[in-house]
Amino acid sequence: MLKTKILLAAVAVTALASAYGESGLKPDAKTVKAVWRDSMVAKNQAGLDRLNQTALEKACSNASDNVASDTEREQLRQAATNSVVYPADGKFLGDWQRGEAIASNGKGMQWSDDPNKPNGGNCYACHQMSPGEVAYGTVGPSLRNYGMRGRSEAMLKYTWAKIWNPQGYRVCSHMPRFGDAGILDEQQIRDVMAYLFDPNSPVNRK
Amino acid sequence: MLAKSGIAALLRGLSVCSLLFSIAANAQDDPFAEYHEMMGDDNPAIFVIEEGAELWAKPQGPKQASLEQCDLGLGAGVVKGAYAQLPSYFADTKQVMDLEGRLIYCMESLQGRDRADILRKPYSSTGDMGTELEALASYIADQSMGMPIATPQNHPAERAAYAMGEQLFFYRAGPYDFSCATCHRQSDKRIRLQNLPNLTVSAGAGSAYSTWPAYRISQGLVRTMGWRMQNCAKQQRLPQLLPGSEAVVALIEYMSVNGTGTEMAAPGLKR
Repeated sequence: MLKTKILLAAVAVTALASAYGESGLKPDAKTVKAVWRDSMVAKNQAGLDRLNQTALEKACSNASDNVASDTEREQLRQAATNSVVYPADGKFLGDWQRGEAIASNGKGMQWSDDPNKPNGGNCYACHQMSPGEVAYGTVGPSLRNYGMRGRSEAMLKYTWAKIWNPQGYRVCSHMPRFGDAGILDEQQIRDVMAYLFDPNSPVNRK
Repeated sequence: MLAKSGIAALLRGLSVCSLLFSIAANAQDDPFAEYHEMMGDDNPAIFVIEEGAELWAKPQGPKQASLEQCDLGLGAGVVKGAYAQLPSYFADTKQVMDLEGRLIYCMESLQGRDRADILRKPYSSTGDMGTELEALASYIADQSMGMPIATPQNHPAERAAYAMGEQLFFYRAGPYDFSCATCHRQSDKRIRLQNLPNLTVSAGAGSAYSTWPAYRISQGLVRTMGWRMQNCAKQQRLPQLLPGSEAVVALIEYMSVNGTGTEMAAPGLKR
């Protein structure tokens, strides 16, 4: 009788564990997504389709913050590089003052945000930029004096691509794909570029 | 729905005044430090705690029952120390539940109230006077003040919830590719001026978990752990995360187990 009970308990435990995936208790990606979906409701502009993962998001959803397979990582990096759309007219720089407003604006794409207003870039959430703005985050590197690093064509193209899709340089980067994901449009990226490169931008002044 | 405390309202007004005053007096100073200087260690949450205690004992719903027979994990009606041991597995629902999920269950089962009704507005909007769930969570958390976080990992479902929480934590999605980990996997980082706790290590998870629910000075409201989760998901550009849902419970399980041993200090006082 007691043996049966123990056996039944063991079966129950196994059944529960297997519901969360094969390797011990670790649930598989499909189950994890289902739990997110069942725990959420679509709200305003944030639909449940936002839980669908891109290949990159899937590959980077782990504690190592890296893609283990060299081949897969290189494929993802190449795809990100290929995604970059450079300005057709070759103009990389816009208005730094408009760029500053975009860098300071943290709104955009949240269910509480007005979808009819342009999205912000929220650069200050993670980066130091102008010395006049003390409320900067430290998740990303400081961009103070960024324009002093040079304004060559190569430097402009590098920075444009980094903003458009940072996964082309560091797969699993924490930075959003501002161009590729449609967060900022081409002109907004030009303006942010000007904020970084313009000699008159506070980013490059004392 | 909620009995308004005149004193709490007065204090909220006062907190705004003192903030404005300190900003006007010296814009360079930290308003939070100024607030502390003016208010001492007084936390306006004490009034919300009182409201919560009253609501716990108040007969409500079609069954006109109070929540005093609600089992928060330590037996029916035991509130002392219960919060420090949540989430936990409940045999009656065969689920791991967090405080908010358990309270909603008790409102349904003991008071006969409608789940959709309870969930209509679980968290305040800025400018509101506070919700029932916020008051109850404040009262119950306060009853674990000073006790070490001791989220159980005995039942297989509790261990499964932890494993699920860990995977949810690292799940990247949405137009910004964010996961919880984007902001909460590193120590000593901040967003703007807001320090980010590293929830993957004991110190970070403990200090964060032990201080929710918290009175938010900038909002003049108590915010709960479930609200914090919902707001994080919103900032991740994900859909609206529901109180007491499986994802919230699993994420809280992950965070609280990682913070095991840290003394509870909720309701905390935050910016």
